[in-house]
Amino acid sequence: MAVATQNKALLFGYRAYVIAFFIFLAAPLVAAGTFAFNDSLFPALPWQGFTLDWFFNDTDPQLGMFHDRRLLRGLYYSAIIGVLVSSLSVFVGTCNAFLFVRGDFPAKNFFYILMVLPLVIPGVILGISILVMASNIANGLEDNYGIELEFLRPGILLVVLGQFSFVTTITSLVITARLKKFDYTMEEAALNLGASRLQVLRTVTLPFLRPAMIAAGIVAFLVSFENFNTTLFLVGSESPLTITMFDRMAKVGSTPVLNAVSFFLIVGSGLLALISVVIQRDKSGG
Amino acid sequence: MQSDIKRLSLILLFAPFALWLLLLIILPHIGIVALSLREKVAPRVYEFGFGNYIDFIQEPIYWNTLLRTGSMSILVTVLALLIGFPIAYYIAKIAGNRSRGALFLLCLIPLWVSDLIRAFGWILLLRETGVVSTFLQNTGLVSQPIEFLYNDVTVVIGLVYTVILFMIVPLVSTLDGMGDDMIEAGYNLGGSGFTVLRKIIVPYAMPGIVSGCIVVFMLTAGSYLTPILLGGKNSSWFTEQIYDQFITRFNWESGAAFGFLLLAFTSLVVWLGLKLTGQTLANTVAKS
Repeated sequence: MAVATQNKALLFGYRAYVIAFFIFLAAPLVAAGTFAFNDSLFPALPWQGFTLDWFFNDTDPQLGMFHDRRLLRGLYYSAIIGVLVSSLSVFVGTCNAFLFVRGDFPAKNFFYILMVLPLVIPGVILGISILVMASNIANGLEDNYGIELEFLRPGILLVVLGQFSFVTTITSLVITARLKKFDYTMEEAALNLGASRLQVLRTVTLPFLRPAMIAAGIVAFLVSFENFNTTLFLVGSESPLTITMFDRMAKVGSTPVLNAVSFFLIVGSGLLALISVVIQRDKSGG
Repeated sequence: MQSDIKRLSLILLFAPFALWLLLLIILPHIGIVALSLREKVAPRVYEFGFGNYIDFIQEPIYWNTLLRTGSMSILVTVLALLIGFPIAYYIAKIAGNRSRGALFLLCLIPLWVSDLIRAFGWILLLRETGVVSTFLQNTGLVSQPIEFLYNDVTVVIGLVYTVILFMIVPLVSTLDGMGDDMIEAGYNLGGSGFTVLRKIIVPYAMPGIVSGCIVVFMLTAGSYLTPILLGGKNSSWFTEQIYDQFITRFNWESGAAFGFLLLAFTSLVVWLGLKLTGQTLANTVAKS
């Protein structure tokens, strides 16, 4: 322990500051979650008594989230988009990890910086640039050849591409970090024992990478699920959950059903984050 | 034969990387630059020119918003660093082994909860009929409801809240790697707490600090939800202008120019930050 902390009063003040910080961190989440259980039509005080109606009730005006068609549809689209984005980005991220850890090619540093770059581009700009390009292609095809390609218009595909464009950087970094820790002698041993390159990859290297790939996939799913800035510009009629919730917050006015969704999402992402941390810590050195 | 296989596998690995960057990052960005240089002279007739940028310069509301977004983002970054550094230091260096992991997890969980829900939580706490206002009235501290929302202070607090974990997490991982003996050596050589902080801890944590600052600054300048929900319709955030041009007015040319200006501005700030601290993108952001 560092010497500076032996001063008791100072340490006490420091502890108080840390506690205050964690209260600050928790307060909005607690507020967003708690009102889900308030038996009132507004997410506000006074407390009207405990209820689970905002989750399970099936009649207006206290329509619960599990009976709210629009919210459920948003959840469904978010889940589809999340699964697509995480599988795509884990695949490309794994390729990138091998490329930058094992590969040797000119201007490698330059390409590495290019790979990191999407993390420092504002999400709004990724959204509009992909929207513009897809529309240009779609309009060009329509004007010149009369071909109408519906999937290049705002919709699920564009949302997936937009999120994939920066989530891949995250998965690449997570998987690269793990691959760097790989012990080459394990592959050499397998090769000496007569395994083919493909067998080595399948039985030695990929299993070693699996925790990082799963963790990266979970992180990608969470990032995709909560993304707003990029999605906002690419969304078509199939709105994912964050957009549906935002619309309701901004236009219809909020009822505690939004708190119920918030509670559901806080618990869900908390659990997923926990799993990803545990998986990465497992088998040492995540 | 062996080298042919190597080359083939290199090409196979390079292909997804190249396709991803080219089709989703490089070409789209060239696309918005090209679009921003297109002027509408008549319906469906366009000319090449800098008109969209000239409009931006001539309309003070536009560039005021950009400057306001930039300066508030820098303020948020500085606040996040000042508030977050002691927390990161506590987690990495002072907390006991067991509470360290728990505290770090407590930091990670809100990180994965959507900005929307966090802003929603702040609204419930701070609005006129919200928790804080009601609490103050019940305790008799104030006699009337108070509206805490829709002002700059609340927007800054909300933004610091949204981004601070992106500051703390890289700081914790950097500080984790620093041996306690380095700090003790500093004290043994007669350094005061402040000297040790300035000469040993901060230089050691520099890559983490820079990485955190870059990510936090970019996220803040590019954020949309928090300023709108906590600042109301007149939050004057630059991303709101971009949205307005694109979706409300359907003026894509000028929206593209705005987007490019935001990108150029934030890139400039990040580049300056890296130059001033002598760091590179590869040894800061890529490490976190």
